[in-house]
Amino acid sequence: MSTVVLLLFTGLGLGALYFLVAAGLSLIYGLMGVLNFAHGAFLTLGAFTGWEIARRTGSDNWGTFLLSLLVGAAAGAAFAAFTEFVLIRRLYQRHIEQVLITVGLSLAAVALFDGIWGTDPVFIQGPAWFKETTEILGARVPNDRFVCIIAAVLVLLALVFFLKNTRYGMIIRAGVENRSMVTALGIDVRKAFTLVFTIGGAAAGLGGVLASHYFGYVSPMLGGSLLIFAFIVTVIGGLGSLTGAAIAAVAVAVLQQFANFYLGGTGDFVVVLALALVLLFRPSGLLGRTS
Amino acid sequence: MTTDTDAAGTNRAATDSTGSKGTGAAVRETRRTTVTNGPGRPGRPRLTRRGIAGAAAGLAGIVLLVLLPLLNLSLPGVLPGPTYTPGSLQLLAMCMLMAAAALTYHLLLGVAGLLSFGHALYFGAGVYGLAIILQNLDIPLLPAMGLTLLIVIVLAHVVGSISLRVSGIPFAMVTLAFAQAGSVIVGRNPDGRTGGDEGLTLRTDNLPDILVGVANTRNLYWLALAVLVAVFIIVTWVQSSRAGHVAAAVRENELRVRVLGLQPYLVKLLIFVVSAILVSIIGMVFLLLQSGAVPRAMSADLTITLLVMVVLGGVGSRWGAVIGGVFYTILDQRLTTLANSDAIAALPDILRVPLSEPLFILGTLFILVVLFLPGGLTGTAQRLAQRRNRSRGTGAGDSAGNDSTGGHAAGGQSTAAARDILEESA
Repeated sequence: MSTVVLLLFTGLGLGALYFLVAAGLSLIYGLMGVLNFAHGAFLTLGAFTGWEIARRTGSDNWGTFLLSLLVGAAAGAAFAAFTEFVLIRRLYQRHIEQVLITVGLSLAAVALFDGIWGTDPVFIQGPAWFKETTEILGARVPNDRFVCIIAAVLVLLALVFFLKNTRYGMIIRAGVENRSMVTALGIDVRKAFTLVFTIGGAAAGLGGVLASHYFGYVSPMLGGSLLIFAFIVTVIGGLGSLTGAAIAAVAVAVLQQFANFYLGGTGDFVVVLALALVLLFRPSGLLGRTS
Repeated sequence: MTTDTDAAGTNRAATDSTGSKGTGAAVRETRRTTVTNGPGRPGRPRLTRRGIAGAAAGLAGIVLLVLLPLLNLSLPGVLPGPTYTPGSLQLLAMCMLMAAAALTYHLLLGVAGLLSFGHALYFGAGVYGLAIILQNLDIPLLPAMGLTLLIVIVLAHVVGSISLRVSGIPFAMVTLAFAQAGSVIVGRNPDGRTGGDEGLTLRTDNLPDILVGVANTRNLYWLALAVLVAVFIIVTWVQSSRAGHVAAAVRENELRVRVLGLQPYLVKLLIFVVSAILVSIIGMVFLLLQSGAVPRAMSADLTITLLVMVVLGGVGSRWGAVIGGVFYTILDQRLTTLANSDAIAALPDILRVPLSEPLFILGTLFILVVLFLPGGLTGTAQRLAQRRNRSRGTGAGDSAGNDSTGGHAAGGQSTAAARDILEESA
């Protein structure tokens, strides 16, 4: 029983990270049809700036941690806004070129991170409380899992609130449904594009800082490896659906943890298998619109 | 000069077919006659004077490349030494293999409009499949290659038939996921068979002697050249076959193809599998050339490299893929040498860090090409040539004017076509 609980919480923590990456991806794809390969680079930049903050201000107190979360999210958001404004904006409606641009950007950015911070992982320490465990139903769950879960839930709630109750949220939701209609109503969707990119980048940057604490290190490859699972999560959840991304993130991560433990380290494989099954029986994903 | 990709474009291409400019335009033109059954059989090789001249030039080029290991030519700045040295031959052979791999990717992206991020899976399957079979079974090279091919054929059918359930951007994501599963398996090193991060060294016991050792690099060079020529011929053949025409039509407008009673799914699967088989054979030769399997051969980076090559050269153009492959490989090698040179180490940090990362320069170059040179290297060269022609031949008459605009439209539309198919599926 304690193993199951431990696996469950570890999976939820990982699912929280997947969600933070997938939320941005899914919204960006839903609104703009852009498959953003540079999303991993946003995450890595967030992680590295968070690490720099921790390194410079003494790593083991809560103030530093919160500051690194903020700065990491801001770095991710700034990078994302820059990407949208300078590169993506020039190629509206040309989806293949947009994908290519983000591919090139992620190549260049990861190489630059390699050059600045080195290819080897750098290790990071959070507040001492992170290393302790909390006992739940006999399982000793490391505390950093809870931080990831809480952060992801807060982001989810904030996003849902923003999308449901604000004017820009409404424009974004309408844009996902029917972009040309929104434009026809005289609303400048391009502002919403920049906004969605910035929000996605902020979530990814936040995810980067949390991921560095979850895994205990930062490396230039961190974003790339999480990005692939985030892709799987967005496809399984249904492209453009935030709730779908949340459900799929948790399902994928928990499945992965359990398969890793009970089926001899085959977690990644089982996840791809799940993706294949979803595509065979529901090509548009769990909560995707059937088109 | 952008027109719809519909009947107007087809008619223009059909009327254009009597005298198109250069082989590049001819290649595009044959692709573009495919949407409907235009007058005359599409894709028949035309025996014009230009065509013969082009073929002769190609043949002469191949003869020169074949003779290269026997000559003492130096290309300072491009090759590390004279052409007969193993180092230069190794680099040239790598260029050929990468150009061939880019050609197989062209078959996916340029012909069928499939943006796959999982092409490395089949390349890696060729590399690792052959390496593992040679390691564990005592069979000669050719049967081992046959066995590997069999595995790849099954794999490509399974993965292809699942991923083709979706199209456009989701297809890209799904192929990426499958390739990642392959990459993860290689990294995990099950039963110590793939060698994990270190990779596998090629076991040479059952290989023919002429393919082993540094002294025989030129045999491998010739093998790589043969592979490139063969792949080029096969890709040309597939592209001008019925299936190739239907695939191109699917790229332009899948719904219309379905209305005509054809099956886009099967044709796409066929192109996918053919491309996978070809790239796995290239992977096997790559294994012989590198005398070892490395995890990079299976990674998403490799697919992205191929994509970059095709886009640099120009999407939709066979020569573009070849040129892109050669250009990228040489540039990558040169930039790596540059990054380790003293001149770079002496620079201040702000210049040294970006310049010592070849991928940073390549990535930036790639972004610039996508932003400012649609059509890649070949597309730009063609446009420049056309501009020169037009400025020379103003007032030369109606037919000449038609001619150049037709060629121009076809050139610009290779990317437009790929774009359209993605938009429709989105």
